[in-house]
Amino acid sequence: MQAFILRNVLQRLVLVFIVSILAHSVIHLAPGEPSEVDPANPRMKPEDIAKIREAFHLDAPLYMQYAYWIRDLASGELKSFKDSQPVLGKIWRRFLNSLPLFICATLLVWTLAFPTGIQAAIHRGAVYDRSTTFAAYTLISVPGFFLSYIVILWVVDLFGVPVIGLKTFGMDTAPPLFQTMDRIWHLVIPSLMSALGGMAILSRYVRSQMLEVVGQDYVRTARAKGAEEAVVIYRHALRNALLPFVTMFGFLLPGLIGGSVIFEQIFAWPGLGRLGYEAILARDFPVILTLNFIAAVLTLAGTLLSDILYAVVDPRIRTGLQGDG
Amino acid sequence: MEHVSDLTKDPRQSGEELPPSETPWQESLRLFRKDRLAVAGAYVLVLLLFTAVFGKVLTEWVVVFDPEVVRLPEKFLPPLTFSSIDEVPAHDQPVGGIYLLGTDELGRDVFARMLQGSFVSLSIGFIAVGISLAIGIVLGGLSGFYGNVRLGLVTVDTLIMRFTDVMLCFPTFFLILTVVALLPPSIYNIMIVIGLTSWMGTARFVRAEFLALRKQDFVVAATSVGARDRRVIFAHMVPNAIAPVLVSATIGVATAILTESGLSFLGFGVQPPYATWGNILADGKGFIFDAPWLFFIPGMAILVVVLAFNLVGEGLREALNPKLRRR
Repeated sequence: MQAFILRNVLQRLVLVFIVSILAHSVIHLAPGEPSEVDPANPRMKPEDIAKIREAFHLDAPLYMQYAYWIRDLASGELKSFKDSQPVLGKIWRRFLNSLPLFICATLLVWTLAFPTGIQAAIHRGAVYDRSTTFAAYTLISVPGFFLSYIVILWVVDLFGVPVIGLKTFGMDTAPPLFQTMDRIWHLVIPSLMSALGGMAILSRYVRSQMLEVVGQDYVRTARAKGAEEAVVIYRHALRNALLPFVTMFGFLLPGLIGGSVIFEQIFAWPGLGRLGYEAILARDFPVILTLNFIAAVLTLAGTLLSDILYAVVDPRIRTGLQGDG
Repeated sequence: MEHVSDLTKDPRQSGEELPPSETPWQESLRLFRKDRLAVAGAYVLVLLLFTAVFGKVLTEWVVVFDPEVVRLPEKFLPPLTFSSIDEVPAHDQPVGGIYLLGTDELGRDVFARMLQGSFVSLSIGFIAVGISLAIGIVLGGLSGFYGNVRLGLVTVDTLIMRFTDVMLCFPTFFLILTVVALLPPSIYNIMIVIGLTSWMGTARFVRAEFLALRKQDFVVAATSVGARDRRVIFAHMVPNAIAPVLVSATIGVATAILTESGLSFLGFGVQPPYATWGNILADGKGFIFDAPWLFFIPGMAILVVVLAFNLVGEGLREALNPKLRRR
């Protein structure tokens, strides 16, 4: 097991290296250099270009530019073009804003998708199955911002739920209890809206996974020995159907950045996705670069975690590994 | 019924196996037809294809519906409003003098813009998916067929699959946004970037499919009678690996159309003069109270079309999957 973990970690480290090179070269994809990206912009003054050239060491060869970037990133010296704040500090503050939204949305997705998917699989072909299937596809197919705007139009008048920002302006002097409640109240709609798409996808996946398992011999055996239907479904079938979901944890983390751009933009939520969007608008390359890199590293960490978890929960994987390793 | 009469005529055949009554494709088609949602989706897609082709012809080649005529006196007219001859000169009148889907903030005919946009949106989806399929099939196929070939220290398989892993690490939408924002705005860049960032799934399952197929008897037989690699791959393996590719292509088009609308929402979508459903919707969100049709018409159109693609894709997945069929 230790050898397995060690080997996986080493593999991931090599990947991190390649990822960092790729992330760095994404910026050089643009024709010309970063400093020339927006020559028509009257706000790009010569001193700005000089600043960019210096910060990116653009006169150095490409591999040296990469080395400088890694050095600055590691020492925390990397500064944003826009306000000369350290990039890592900026990202960390925005990360703290994104985190509650991310946690709420993830909890919603996982707690609602499972019952829906399991019920749909049990009643395969029935009205419930067909209607949830159709609803799930509709949610997958609707542009996120279109649905969000409709919901905003509807809920704001009806329930008075706030849909802008993460707290009410001017609440700083209120008692901590009210501030907390205000923040939670602000979380409701944004987390619900960003959860809907994931919920639809996950419930479909749960359904097909359950269908796969329900046809297996051990489920028939459980029924044959006279176990109650609930026991058959939740103890015998569900446990086995759960296995593949362990691997999905790995792909949750990057959603923190990539999946949230549109929703944070809609709800004016000052989180990571919005930071990325603002950085792109301002052509703040150190921030864009670092965000892409951090997202990729988070994914790698997530897949590492899920590989280890998978080996822990599924003995077949472990023995298979001992066989060839 | 025929078989029964055959049996009574020739009792010697009773012990032999009957020939399959339908080919696998016919069986898939029959299964697909049973899925009513998927069939409905297929009809929508056929309709869309016609709309897109007619849209291209009637808005650009033979300009019947002109999406670019600006009629400022008649802006923000609701759907099914007649154009007034006093305010708009005859040559700027819409067909039949009626705005089927209303007009936008510049008095442009929304129906004509949607027609034009249907072709653009669809071609973004098709070209992006074409690029991603080409990359995915080539890399996945190489990895699955020539995976054991060594290039110096590493095998082809390691090289390609590690690269796929690396690409999977990046948050796709943010990566697309980054690249699209850095490149000069162009509709082709959007197609290419969406294609270049979405091939990983295809590569992975084409590889898996090839690895499984390589051990199948018919491939081993073809190899052992001395067929060249090219023949083995294209005549024997590709046709058998095509089903999942078809499914992911269908769903890929849906995803590409949604990605384009997301990019439009953030202001990095297809730029004027091209109208796409995504940017009509994104522009329409500013007039959601004054002219709700500018928001709801493109939004519902995208929803219906993407839904149709997804339902057809899912119907194909069920119909082409031999594992599900036997149950």
